Amino acid sequence: MNPFDAPQPESPFTEPWQARVFALTVAMNEAGHFDWPDWAAVFGRHLKGTRDGAGDYWRAWAEALEEMLARGGVAEGGEVAALAERWQAAAHATPHGQPILLENAAGQG
Amino acid sequence: MPHDHHDHDNHLDPMEARTRALETILTRKGLVDPAAVDAIIETYAEKVGPKNGAQVVARAWDDADFADWLARDATTAIASMGFSGRQGEHMQAVFNSDSVHNLVVCTLCSCYPWPVLGLPPVWYKSPAYRSRAVIEPRAVLREFGLELPEGVSVRVWDSTAELRYLVIPQRPAGSEGMSRDDLAALVTRESMIGTGLPTGPA
Repeated sequence: MNPFDAPQPESPFTEPWQARVFALTVAMNEAGHFDWPDWAAVFGRHLKGTRDGAGDYWRAWAEALEEMLARGGVAEGGEVAALAERWQAAAHATPHGQPILLENAAGQG
Repeated sequence: MPHDHHDHDNHLDPMEARTRALETILTRKGLVDPAAVDAIIETYAEKVGPKNGAQVVARAWDDADFADWLARDATTAIASMGFSGRQGEHMQAVFNSDSVHNLVVCTLCSCYPWPVLGLPPVWYKSPAYRSRAVIEPRAVLREFGLELPEGVSVRVWDSTAELRYLVIPQRPAGSEGMSRDDLAALVTRESMIGTGLPTGPA
């Protein structure tokens, strides 16, 4: 059995957030906010210890982007975590079948 | 806020919530444009893929001047076909021969020639491939079903953020006189990474 077997052609993304976090990174690079070798060095560090090239890989990617943004003073971890909680609250407050909007979170000012 | 129907609540995967948070921050600060993010996803999920690279290889097989250009300056030769991108700015084409088989890896992360191959397959990003391709390339190739003759040496190229490699496989026997489009159809993604060979003519 080939351990590298994978059906092809496959989509590079298995979850929508993977595509978003990928595209956010490329957009930041293309807008000149960081260069690609810097990104690769940080990402390579986060990849150490991952077990697969799929879910683990994209989680490492997201962590690396968060580090790049924290380092650049764009967003520190606490701010991201707080806003992620607001998104979660918005999801809970949104009736099923309707688009989830951040404004749906309670206490949105 | 009270809910009457908890079973019907939306719940975001934690990574989904985190990614939305990042996008919200970047958008509010004017650092990224959501439309640009959508366009990038569309490009890499649907438009860019190994068919681009297959066209490059087929042309190299069919046009000796282009093959020379590719060998000298792959970045410019490939860009002349409309395939270029910021994250794959510098390209090198490595040509297989009767005595050398080329294999591409990125041991650091997953650097890959996006403009010609799209985003890498899962196995290319796996820790197993990234470490073993350098240490025991022949064993890795065997697992892909590729048994090289004794006299063929394997050259492994470790990609970087600045320099990406495209393997130009040898033109299959029996493909003489085929059109460029038919030739391109023989070129597999694996053959341009080095973990496979082109398919033979039908």
